[in-house]
Amino acid sequence: MTFSPELEAQFEKFLAKYPADKKRSAVIPMLVYAQDETHAITQEVIEEVAKRCGVTPLQVDEVVGFYSMLHKKPQGTYHVQVCTNISCLIVGGEEIWNQACHKLGIGHKQTTADGRISLEEVECMGACSWAPAVQVNYDFYHFVTPSQLDKLLDGLSAGKKPDEIAGVKRASC
Amino acid sequence: MRYNDPSPLETPVLTRRFRLPNSQSIDTYLASDGYKGFERAIGMTQDEIIGEVKTSILRGRGGAGFPTGMKWGFVPRTSPKPKYIVVNADESEPGTCKDRLLMEFDPHQLIEGVLIAGLAVGAQQGYIYIRGEFRYLIGVMDKAIDEAYAKGYLGDNILGRGVKFNLATHSGAGAYECGEESALLESLEGKRGNPRIRPPFPAVAGAYQCPTILNNVETFCAVPSIILNGGKWFADLGSPKNGGTRLFCLSGHVNKPGVYELPMGFNLMRMINEVGGGIRGGKKLKAVVPGGSSCPILKADECDLAMDYDTVAAAKSMLGSGGVVVLDEDTCMVKFALRIMRFYAHESCGWCIPCREGTTWLKKLLTRFHEGQGQRSDIVMIGDLSKNMLGRTFCPLGDAAAMPTIAIVEKFRDEFEAHLDGKPCPYEHINAFSKSGLAA
Ligand SMILES: Cc1cc2nc3c(=O)[nH]c(=O)nc-3n(C[C@H](O)[C@H](O)[C@H](O)COP(=O)(O)O)c2cc1C
Ligand code: SF4
Ligand code: FES
Repeated sequence: MTFSPELEAQFEKFLAKYPADKKRSAVIPMLVYAQDETHAITQEVIEEVAKRCGVTPLQVDEVVGFYSMLHKKPQGTYHVQVCTNISCLIVGGEEIWNQACHKLGIGHKQTTADGRISLEEVECMGACSWAPAVQVNYDFYHFVTPSQLDKLLDGLSAGKKPDEIAGVKRASC
Repeated sequence: MRYNDPSPLETPVLTRRFRLPNSQSIDTYLASDGYKGFERAIGMTQDEIIGEVKTSILRGRGGAGFPTGMKWGFVPRTSPKPKYIVVNADESEPGTCKDRLLMEFDPHQLIEGVLIAGLAVGAQQGYIYIRGEFRYLIGVMDKAIDEAYAKGYLGDNILGRGVKFNLATHSGAGAYECGEESALLESLEGKRGNPRIRPPFPAVAGAYQCPTILNNVETFCAVPSIILNGGKWFADLGSPKNGGTRLFCLSGHVNKPGVYELPMGFNLMRMINEVGGGIRGGKKLKAVVPGGSSCPILKADECDLAMDYDTVAAAKSMLGSGGVVVLDEDTCMVKFALRIMRFYAHESCGWCIPCREGTTWLKKLLTRFHEGQGQRSDIVMIGDLSKNMLGRTFCPLGDAAAMPTIAIVEKFRDEFEAHLDGKPCPYEHINAFSKSGLAA
């Protein structure tokens, strides 16, 4: 399997960060960044990462099972993550989550039939003071209201990119 | 530039550059005393640096509040092994959202704090372990690190002064347990995030089994100001035995939720009413989680207290990670306890049985209870199961799950009773959006 030149360059950067005999340290960062490109951790990805880090495929595979961001099944183009942990829960996070499920007709860790949107109910994402919070891929949305969620999901379903959707602004720079 | 308006009651020390234009850039940083603490530290002995941090009474901002200077003093500086500085930027304790801001709006302050720690123990390599979901922050930190290399503040001969230090970011991949220091180190080494047996502590055997300083982002960010202005200056900002300011993450049912930098020892009721603008919708206060989800909850009548480690500990809770979650009278405490337990059951790494099984069973019990299928004896069982986890788990995650649960059952037993005999949850009809007149 071949990765993009950008990803290969990123891999090189990762490997250079750790002592020469500690390449295993690069396993997790490599998996996360590889997954962004391949959309899922396949057996081939596992083998490529293992080869580059000088470990066995099994040593990589056991890591994949541990971390919630790593997954063997592809997610939607836009992975919508709704926090329902305590700070979000008490100011509407659960309503936002139920609304998202209802609107898309899918549930936790499911993907729409067209493959555009997947949903996940997630734990605290570090936006508690600006709750309720939602992440779409790596972008944060703060103080999310039901009407904003509607716009966001309508826009994504209609094929728009998050930044093209009027009335919904991502928080992070 | 921040995500909430500042409060006039703040004492901006760590956040003082947030309001500057382009606060992320090294030029802004250098124009506002940036790297001056580090330059001063180059001229100090290791004992002097550690001494200054001890004098500051800086206590770890990650949760446990351990004195930072003392921790640095445990590193065997004469060991022939390489030494490491590791930044805990895993920020995942529910209720906590401050490290994100510190990295986003003043990344060089963190780099400078790490550099000073490196001088203090003779380390030449640092890693910033950033939770994977904070991808944009990895970009922010990488950019700042590149700037620091370009201007000679990182590298093999820093500022031509013969100091060597290299720094890199490291991405996590989603696991609360990797915020626990020994699990973080396992994860940094490319393994599953199961914790290590301690002792030895990271100071002696940390990254790659070498002596390691591991601190929270906010802890490192306090260090440049301490070296620049003196440990005593920092200590005097806070309350006795609790130096400095801290970033409190006010969330929940207040009018002005936000992250605010306040002196240690700031009164909790003032925080809610004067900084946070009071409870929204004119509702009454029911309870407060004072320092992230693992801290025992305080009832409204227990909240008139100074927010420092010792006062909150005396009230049988913890200052924790700075996550202050404010709950109004309409909050269902059974549901709140259930959500906390769902979190810990999900995040339990599975390594030891009391935590893995305990959190799973407590989640089941609380779910059943909230659905109105609970029995009176379950109330006792929830408390007993939690108490049996306390102190019997391999790492503190088990305690973190047990402590809030014990407190909620003890302090809000009446709410559990209100769910008995198939009665529907008294709060279930309340919609968080419609109740406080929020935009729908
Ligand atoms: C389950 C668990 C999760 C933790 N998560 C974090 C975290 O996200 N960030 C953090 O700084 N410390 C976290 N800690 C505390 C760390 O183990 C460690 O005490 C801390 O990073 C030390 O830094 P400090 O002395 O500067 O606070 C966690 C501890 C436990 C038991
Ligand atoms: S208490 Fe035990 S099972 Fe729970 S996270 Fe720690 S080591 Fe893992
Ligand atoms: S609880 Fe939702 S972001 Fe922290």
